[in-house]
Amino acid sequence: MSATLTVVQAGPALSIQDFGRTGYRAQGLTRGGAADPIALHEGAALLRQPAGAAIEMIGAGGTFTSDTDLRIAMTGAAMTANIDGAAIVWNASHLLPAGAKLTIGGATGGTYGYLHIGGGLATPELMGSRSSHLSAGLGAALKSGDTLAIGPDKGSETGMALPRDNRFDGGTVHVVESMQTVHFSADTRARFTRTTFRRDPRANRQGVRMDSDGEGFFSDGQLSIVSEVIVQGDVQITGDGAPFVLMCESQTTGGYPRIATVLPADLPRIAQAPAGAAIRFAFVSLEKAIAIEKRAAAELTALPGKRYPLVRNPAEMRDLLSYQLIGGAVSANANPFEEGT
Amino acid sequence: MTDWPQIRRVGLSGILVTFAEAMTEPANRAALALRAAIEDADWPEVTETSTSLVSTFLQVNLAVTPAEEMTERLSDLLTSRDWYKADLPPGRTLWHIPTVYGTDLAPQLEEAAEVAGVDPDEAIRQISGARVRVLTIGFAPGQPYLGELSETWNIPRQQALSKSVPAGALIIAIRQLVLFTNASPTGWRHIGQTAFRTFRPESEEAFALSPGDELCFPAIEPAELEKIRSKDQSGDGGASSEVLA
Repeated sequence: MSATLTVVQAGPALSIQDFGRTGYRAQGLTRGGAADPIALHEGAALLRQPAGAAIEMIGAGGTFTSDTDLRIAMTGAAMTANIDGAAIVWNASHLLPAGAKLTIGGATGGTYGYLHIGGGLATPELMGSRSSHLSAGLGAALKSGDTLAIGPDKGSETGMALPRDNRFDGGTVHVVESMQTVHFSADTRARFTRTTFRRDPRANRQGVRMDSDGEGFFSDGQLSIVSEVIVQGDVQITGDGAPFVLMCESQTTGGYPRIATVLPADLPRIAQAPAGAAIRFAFVSLEKAIAIEKRAAAELTALPGKRYPLVRNPAEMRDLLSYQLIGGAVSANANPFEEGT
Repeated sequence: MTDWPQIRRVGLSGILVTFAEAMTEPANRAALALRAAIEDADWPEVTETSTSLVSTFLQVNLAVTPAEEMTERLSDLLTSRDWYKADLPPGRTLWHIPTVYGTDLAPQLEEAAEVAGVDPDEAIRQISGARVRVLTIGFAPGQPYLGELSETWNIPRQQALSKSVPAGALIIAIRQLVLFTNASPTGWRHIGQTAFRTFRPESEEAFALSPGDELCFPAIEPAELEKIRSKDQSGDGGASSEVLA
C-alpha cells in the first residue's frame, strides 16, 4: 500500500500548489501555482528531490498525520509547528513518525507557508498540474479528513535546514516599465516610486492592493484603454487610483492601465509581505532587471549547497537513548552534498 | 506610415503586438491571423501565445532572450503582408447554441431591446439570426467575448451591477455578447439563457471555444431547454457544431 498523508484538521486556506499550468492563457486561464515558487525550490532542496507540489497554507496551517514514517519539510512564511507537542524548526526537514501528529499554527512572519513531503504529493493531475486554481473553479481547498497520496520517497535524510532570506518583511521591489507606463506623467511615476505603500489586508492569490495616504495615481485617459493581456506582477491602477499588483491567479486580461511590472524574482516578496508591511517600488532598466533575474535563478540553483544540519540540544531530546549517535558521523573532508546527486 | 501595429514589451514576460487603439473587426482579424502565423512559425523562444481584442501576445522570457531580437523578427513578419486583410485561420468551429430569449430565465431582454430602440420580437429576430465571432476569451476561463453585432446593439452597460447571472447566460452590451462561464455579477444585460458550458475542467477538451470560433444562438422555448438540461451530459447544451474550412 502506498503512503498517504491525512489532513486531520484543515486551517482556513490550504490547497495543493505546484508550478501551475501553462498554455491556457488564450483560453482565459492564468498559470496559478504556488504564490511563492522560491519556497517550492527550498522544500525540494531540503528533501533532495525534484521541486513539485506542496501544501500551501495561507496565514495558518492545520494538523496532519500518516500511517507511515514520512520525511517532511516546511518553507515559506514561518509558522509555529510541533510534532506531538515538541516544537520543530521552520525552514528545515524533519521525520514525521507513523501515527505522530504534526500541528502547524499561525504565521509569525510572512503569509504563505508550505508543507513538503518526502516523495512528493501524488494527487491526481488536472490539465497537467496538481494546483488548485480556486478563482477559476479548478480543484478545491483542502478540508479536514482529506487523505492525500504520497509518491515513493527515495531519500532518508532529515534534520537539514536552510537559512532564511528577508523576503517576508516587505521592503523594496524592483519594477520595469510596462506597456502603459507612458500613459502616466513623469510626476505621477516619480511619486509612485517615492511613496511607501502598505500591503492591504484583503490581498489574495489574484492580487495585492497597495494602500497609501496620498492622492491616487491616475493616468491620462484612464478609462479609455482597450482590455489587454495581463502578466504576473503587473501593477494596475484601478478606478480609485490605488496600485494593485496582479498575482498568479489573476484574470488573463484587464482594462485598467499598468504603471509598471514587478520583476518575477521579486514577486514572492509581494506575496509574502504580511498585511500592513511597508513596500516601495523602484524602477530599474531592462539591463539591470535581466541581471537581477539571472542572479535570482543562480540562487535557486545554489540552494542545495546552502543546507546545514540542525544542531540539536541533547538536553531537549527526551528520547536521546533511542538515537544511534555515532553512525551519522562523516569525515571532515567529505563533501556532504555529493551523496545522492 | 501609420502608428499601427505597435510592438511593446510586457514586463519581462513577453511581447505584445497591438493593431488598433480600440476594438475593430479588421484589428481583431489581424490579431487572430498573426497568432496563427506565430504558432505556425514555431519559434522556440515563444512558450505561449494568446490574443486579446486587438492584440497578439507572445510569451517569451526576456531575461534570457533579448527583446530586440524578438522585435526585429516580429517587424519583418508584420511587414510581410497586410494583416488587417488576412484570412481568418482555418480549422475554426461554428457552433449553433440553443437559447431561450427573455422569460424569467433571461429577464433583461425587454430592457435591452428598449435601450436599443427595437421591440422585443425584433430583438430576438436580430440576435438569434446573428453569426458572431469569438473576439477574445477572458475574465473567466473559456468565457468568450463575441461580436460584433450591428450598430443597433451599441448599448451601454447598466449603471448598477446585476448581483448574479447564472452560468450559460447570454449577456449584451457595446455591440458584443458574452456567454458566461460561471455565475457572476455583471454590468451587462441578461437577454438569453443556454445550457452550454464553456469550461469543462474534468473532460479531455477543457475549453469548448477558441478565439476565432463563430457562434449562432437560435431561439428555443423554455420547455425545450428544460429537456436539454435533463439529458445533456456533455456540456454542449444541445448545441451542434461544424468545422469551418
